Amino acid sequence: MTDAISDLPKGKPATGGHASLLSESPLMKKRNAAEARFKLYGVVAITVGLAFLIFLTVSILRNGIPAFTQTVVNVEFTLSQEEFDEAESKMLKTAAYTEIFVNNITAQFQERGLDVEFDAGTIERLLGKVGGDLRSFYRENPDQIGQPVGFELSTASRVERYLQGKLTRDMVVDGRFLEAADLDVVDAMVDAGIIGTAWDWNFITGTDTGVDNPGGAGIGASVIGSFFMMLVVLLLSLPIGVAASIYLEEFAPKNRFTDLIEVNISNLAAVPSIVFGILGLAVFIQFAHLPQSAPLVGGLVLTLMTLPTIVISTRASLKSVPPSIRDAALGVGASKMQSVFHHVLPLAMPGILTGTIIGLAQALGETAPLLLIGMVGYVAREYPDSLTSGLLDPNSAMPAQIYTWAARSDEAFFEKAWGGIIILLIFLLTMNIIAIILRRRFERRW
Amino acid sequence: MSFMKLTATTAVVALTATTSFARDNVQVAGSSTVLPYASIVAEAFGDNFDFPAPVVESGGSSAGLKRFCEGVGENTIDIANASRAIRDSEIEVCASNGVTDIIEVRIGYDGIVFASQTDGPAFTAFEPSDIFNALAPMVMVDGALVENPHTMWSDFNADLPDAEILAFIPGTKHGTREVFEEKVIAAGCEATGAYDAMIAGGMSEDDAEDACLAVRTDGRSVDIDGDYTETLARIDANTNGIGVFGLAFYENNTDKLKVATMSGIEPTTETIAAGVYPVSRPLYFYIKAAHIGVIPGLQEYADFFISDEVAGPSGPLAAYGLVSDPELAQTQEVVMKNMTMN
Repeated sequence: MTDAISDLPKGKPATGGHASLLSESPLMKKRNAAEARFKLYGVVAITVGLAFLIFLTVSILRNGIPAFTQTVVNVEFTLSQEEFDEAESKMLKTAAYTEIFVNNITAQFQERGLDVEFDAGTIERLLGKVGGDLRSFYRENPDQIGQPVGFELSTASRVERYLQGKLTRDMVVDGRFLEAADLDVVDAMVDAGIIGTAWDWNFITGTDTGVDNPGGAGIGASVIGSFFMMLVVLLLSLPIGVAASIYLEEFAPKNRFTDLIEVNISNLAAVPSIVFGILGLAVFIQFAHLPQSAPLVGGLVLTLMTLPTIVISTRASLKSVPPSIRDAALGVGASKMQSVFHHVLPLAMPGILTGTIIGLAQALGETAPLLLIGMVGYVAREYPDSLTSGLLDPNSAMPAQIYTWAARSDEAFFEKAWGGIIILLIFLLTMNIIAIILRRRFERRW
Repeated sequence: MSFMKLTATTAVVALTATTSFARDNVQVAGSSTVLPYASIVAEAFGDNFDFPAPVVESGGSSAGLKRFCEGVGENTIDIANASRAIRDSEIEVCASNGVTDIIEVRIGYDGIVFASQTDGPAFTAFEPSDIFNALAPMVMVDGALVENPHTMWSDFNADLPDAEILAFIPGTKHGTREVFEEKVIAAGCEATGAYDAMIAGGMSEDDAEDACLAVRTDGRSVDIDGDYTETLARIDANTNGIGVFGLAFYENNTDKLKVATMSGIEPTTETIAAGVYPVSRPLYFYIKAAHIGVIPGLQEYADFFISDEVAGPSGPLAAYGLVSDPELAQTQEVVMKNMTMN
């Protein structure tokens, strides 16, 4: 009982003589005040929660949106056949391309008469890693050799930060990455109108790069890695989870053994995900000899993690189907199995799917187990070319890629990490919205 | 039932997966200090050769060598990156698991620098003894070995600023820690006379050496088990903090960090290459010789990594901050001829 009532004087009825309905008794005041206070606590709690949410969203968007654009320099460049042959004959071909390109552009700029002092070293510091892009372009388009081609090439990350105002001249310490004098050339390039901002498709479609090439890094390959992992999780955990819960809920006898299983399933749902990673390393890689860093192994580990979630939500939705449906089906002569598969399961399906999608979304954002099975590092470096290679070739996953980027020393990668978070959140939101729509459209209430 | 079909499909997929697979990419794991360089080489290798780019994982030198020594076969890694030389105990573990032929490749040198916030106090001149005096649990005060009483840098060296002692040092699983202990703490221990005092106090030489390497546990010395980015974040939040970084990491973040000299020498690629800057260490990777010829691209990757164009003084690794090895030619020969250790 509440304190308010115990405050009543003994033996005196609450609606005693002088109490009026129009004036508040002290007790009434106290109770109303308690209610008002409770409402206030609620409002404060929600405000604090919302404030955190807004703070998070704003900081994610503010830090992450620059990752979707890049600063580019528009230049025209002609590669002669001799230069192509010479570059291809070298061991470090990409560096040879860079050298030819930088010398060519330096000469172009000098002809153009940018009125500042600079040399080839300056241009090399200002531009990002261009060698790889140039080589793959000319290898794919050999007919362009000898022709002038307009290139839109990304600049070095520090130039981008300078143009965004995040790096000021007085912060620049002359080093091998940037010298203060280089910024004069950037200013001159801005005046000449050849430097600008462009949408960075490569960020969405690209692969991971080495630490010295933040401009070329993209999250695309790890999105594919996440996709294949989710495919494995869905194909394994949905049938196993649903079959297990149907058996436990509808067919299994209720005894100590099934109680034990039930308790264990609930406990498994609370096991830290890193434990599943250790298990995956021991069982799938060291014992079953599955390949390291493969999305298949990642998927198997996440399946183990997702199964309890799916079993629990499936059992809940099976339970919520009223017994009268089962009884009616049995009453008209259906077998137990027919009553479950023809009547109970279809009615429970929306709940099962919602639970599955939420389980998948949880698995999609999981990094810890992937650390142990080799999916963190420089892993998402190329696209798979078939279903088997998608499952078996080393690849990363979105959260693992974000983690990898956040640990790199160049600040541009930090920005990429925030951009990756935006993409991951978009996927998670989409999955959750699908779950909500499914529930709204198909769920029946009794 | 539709999920029966699903189960069947999954079983087929799982079966094809387990039957056989031939790995066509090089698998590398190990030191997070070597990781940046390895990722640069891996990307360039993929760009320049027709082999798929190698997979490079991090995790620390010890973790990498542990996985390296798990055995021979496609489900084990081919190369372990390490920011320290392999230990005899690790070679023994390797041998007991059948990894007998190991090729040691020294890729270059890395400097370990002490850096603090740009707008923090000016820690411009350190000696190893200063770091020892600040971080050891037992130090020499007035000729006696006592529990570390220092709370300010100025307590033991008037030239240092009047700032609280707070250091972020690499955790014990990092190869960097070993170099930090050996080149800074142990050197400081001997320089301040604490080592001799311990011996005089009745300790055996081994015990004294171990005791020298201990760090105080009252919160003024913080072990960082993560990457340098974590150290940087701690420095960002603590004006008086001083952190241990790799030279390349510092050079990437000169707008946030200022570097301290050690024994009067500023850490640069030149001072490290010349051997004057005292706190530097060689970086290595170890190749499983049994995998050469089995894993496509392994020999090519190793040759490529230490070629003059890549690891030489004008290559991309030097451009990122690796101090290139003056004896690179010898290493190239080791790799080309597959000369194993011993």
